[in-house]
Amino acid sequence: MSIRVIHTEPISRRHHLLRPTAALLVLSLLSAATPLLAQDWVHLTAGNNNTEIRLAAANFQPAGSDAATLADKQTFDSVLFADLSNAGIFAMVSKSLAPQSTPGSPSQINLAQWAQAPASAAMVAFGNISIQNGNLFANGFLDDTRNSQYPQVFAKQYTGPASDQTARELAHQFADDIIFRLSGGSPGIAESKLFYSQRMSNGVKEIWMMDYDGANKEQLTHLGEDSISPAVSPDNSVVAFSSLTHNGFELRMYSLLLGRLVHFINIGSANVSPAWSPNGQQLAFSSSRSGASEIWVSDPQGSLSRRLTDYGGLDVSPTWNPKTGTQIAFISGRTGLPQLYIMDADGSGVTRMTDGGYATSPSWSPNGQFITFAWDRHYGPGAPGGQDIYVMEVSTKRWIQLTHDIGRCDFPTWSPDGRHIAFANSPDGHDNHTRIVSMLADGTQRQVLTDKGADMPDWSWK
Amino acid sequence: MIAQRTSLRNKAALVATLALLAASGCHKKQAAPPPPAAMAPQTVAPPTASITADPMSIDLGQSVVLNWRTTNATSVSIDGIGQVPVNGTQTVSPSSSTNFHLVATNAGGTTEANVRVTVRVPEVPAAPPAPSNMSSDAEFHAHVQDIFFAYDSYDLSADAKASISTAAAYLNAHPDIKILIGGYCDDRGSAAYNITLGENRANAAKSALVAAGMDGSRIRVVSYGKEKQFCTEDTESCWQQNRRDQFSIDR
Repeated sequence: MSIRVIHTEPISRRHHLLRPTAALLVLSLLSAATPLLAQDWVHLTAGNNNTEIRLAAANFQPAGSDAATLADKQTFDSVLFADLSNAGIFAMVSKSLAPQSTPGSPSQINLAQWAQAPASAAMVAFGNISIQNGNLFANGFLDDTRNSQYPQVFAKQYTGPASDQTARELAHQFADDIIFRLSGGSPGIAESKLFYSQRMSNGVKEIWMMDYDGANKEQLTHLGEDSISPAVSPDNSVVAFSSLTHNGFELRMYSLLLGRLVHFINIGSANVSPAWSPNGQQLAFSSSRSGASEIWVSDPQGSLSRRLTDYGGLDVSPTWNPKTGTQIAFISGRTGLPQLYIMDADGSGVTRMTDGGYATSPSWSPNGQFITFAWDRHYGPGAPGGQDIYVMEVSTKRWIQLTHDIGRCDFPTWSPDGRHIAFANSPDGHDNHTRIVSMLADGTQRQVLTDKGADMPDWSWK
Repeated sequence: MIAQRTSLRNKAALVATLALLAASGCHKKQAAPPPPAAMAPQTVAPPTASITADPMSIDLGQSVVLNWRTTNATSVSIDGIGQVPVNGTQTVSPSSSTNFHLVATNAGGTTEANVRVTVRVPEVPAAPPAPSNMSSDAEFHAHVQDIFFAYDSYDLSADAKASISTAAAYLNAHPDIKILIGGYCDDRGSAAYNITLGENRANAAKSALVAAGMDGSRIRVVSYGKEKQFCTEDTESCWQQNRRDQFSIDR
C-alpha cells in the first residue's frame, strides 16, 4: 500500500511535554499502592486527566453520497474513534458534544468552534474520504486548536482498494499516526494482531488470529489435534506453538507468509510454551527431553538447542525481556507450587520473584520494567481468592493486582505499546468458557474480544 | 505480513478490475454480429467463472486454498460448500480426493467450473490379526492399573508403587506388549505447567517400570496435561480422577 505524505508540520513543543506512558502510569500506581500491599483490593483510578490530551475526532466528510462511500465512511469513523479511545492516552470528546459541521479540509474547519465548550478540544482529527477508480482515499488531518498560526500537526493520505476492510485498515493507520505523534513517539497498536488458541466445535483447539480489537478472526491451523500457546515472531512472519502429536506435545512453526507449517526439529516429548527472543534469532521453551522439564533455547528451526535450567522440578513458560534480550522470566515448581523467577539468558543469576501462591504465564513488558503474570495467591483446595492478573515491577518486586472477582484469569500478554494487556478470562472458572479480554495496563477499560472457547492470547510485537 | 496481505488484496483488486475490463470488452465484441432471431430479446451474457486450488494435491489432513473468480454472476455456489460470494477464497481440508464444482448463474445462463484436489491418503497396512484382543485388553487392565497422584505432585504414592510392581511383573512376563503411559492433570492451574506435570507423572511411572526390569523402548509416554479431562466437575473426587497415569496397550 502506498502512502503519500502531503505535508508534515513538526509537532508543537508543548505536546512533547505530554508523555503519558503506561510505564509512568503503572509506576505511579505502584508507588501509591506500596503501603497497601497487604490488601487484595487496591482501588485507584487511572485518571491522569491532567495529562490526557482532549482529542476530538470529527466525522469524515464523504465525497459523494453513493452507498459504498457512505458505508466505508461509517466504518472509518467508528473504527477511528474506537482506536483513539482504546489508546488510553486521550480524553475523547464525545461525538454528541462536537460541533455539527464535518470539515473535510483545513480550509473548512473553524478551530475556535472546536476549542470552545462543550467540545473543548485541544486537538481535532478530521478529513475527507472518497472512492476513485475502485480505490478508497482518506485524507486525514490533525490540528492543534491552540496554535492559531500553524495549527496543522500533520496531514497524510491513506489509500487502498475500496472495501469495508480497507476502510478499517485506513482508520487504524490514521489512528496509529495520531497516537505516534501525540504520545511522544510510541507507536499505536491499532494495526497489531492477537494470536490465540480457539476450541472448535469438535472440541479440538486450533490456532487463530485476529485484529487487536477483535475484528477479522481467522483460523490459521487445521491440524485436528490440540494446538496451544501460540507465540508470534517479532517480525510477524512465523507463529510458534505447541501441538499434541503421537509423541505428546511438540513445537510447531506456522509461516504467516506461506500459510502452512514449516520445519522445526523436536526432540523428546512435552516441548511446550515457546517464546521468541526480541531479535527473532532464538526460541526459548520448556522441554522434557532430558527427563525433567527444563527451559531450553534453540534457533528458530529447533537446532543448536541448549539447556538453561537444571534444577529438577518443573520449569515452564519462559518469556524474554524484550527491551534487552538478556533476561528470561519463567515459572518454576522447584520449591513446590509454581513461582515466578527471572534469570540471565545464559541461565545464571536465577532470582525468585513471588513469595507464595501459584504463579503462571509471565509476559515481560516492552520497556523491560514490568512483568505481568497470573497469580492465585491463596492456591489450594478450599482456599479463598482466585487466579487474577498482576503486574510486578522487576527491580523492586512490588506488585499490583489488575483484575478482581471476574473469574479465573490467565495468560496475560503485553501490547507492543506497553499500555495494554490482553488475557484469558473464564467468568465461571470452566476451561471451556474462557474468552479473550483486553484492558489498559492499569486494569481499566476492559473489553471482551471473543466468544467463549478462545484462550492463550499472544499480542504481536508490532 | 500486513504489507503482504495488502499487496495481495491490491493484486486481487487488479485482477478483478482486469477481469471486469475483459468482460466488458468481450461483451462489445459479442454484440457486433447480429444475434440469431431465435435468441431471446433480452440478451444477458452468461457469467464467466474460474476456480483454482493451491496446492492441487495434498496429504491427508493438510489444507487447500480454493480461489474462485466470476463475472456477471448473480448467484455462485460450490458443491459441498454451498452459496459463496461471487469472488472469494476458502481454505478446505478434504478427507479424500474431491472435485470442487462451481456453478455461477445469472439471467443469461449458467457457467460451471471445476477443480480437482487430490488427497494422498496413507495406505493403512492391513491390521495384523490381533490375538484375541478383547481378552488380552481385559487381562492387561486387570494387571496394569491406572495410578493416581496427590495434587501438584508427581511422586508415586505407596499404592501407586504397589500397582507398578504388579504391572511390572505382568509386563515382564509378556515381553511382546508395548505400552502407552498417558499423564493427566486436574484442570486447576496453568495449561503449560500441567503438561509438564503430566509428563513428569508419566515419566515417574516409566522410571519405576524400567527400574523393575522393563525395557524402556517398550514404553511410550504422552502428557495430555489438562487438555483431555476425564471428569469435569469441581470436586476433589473428580480432580483426583484426573490426576492420574493411564496405561494402555500401544499397538
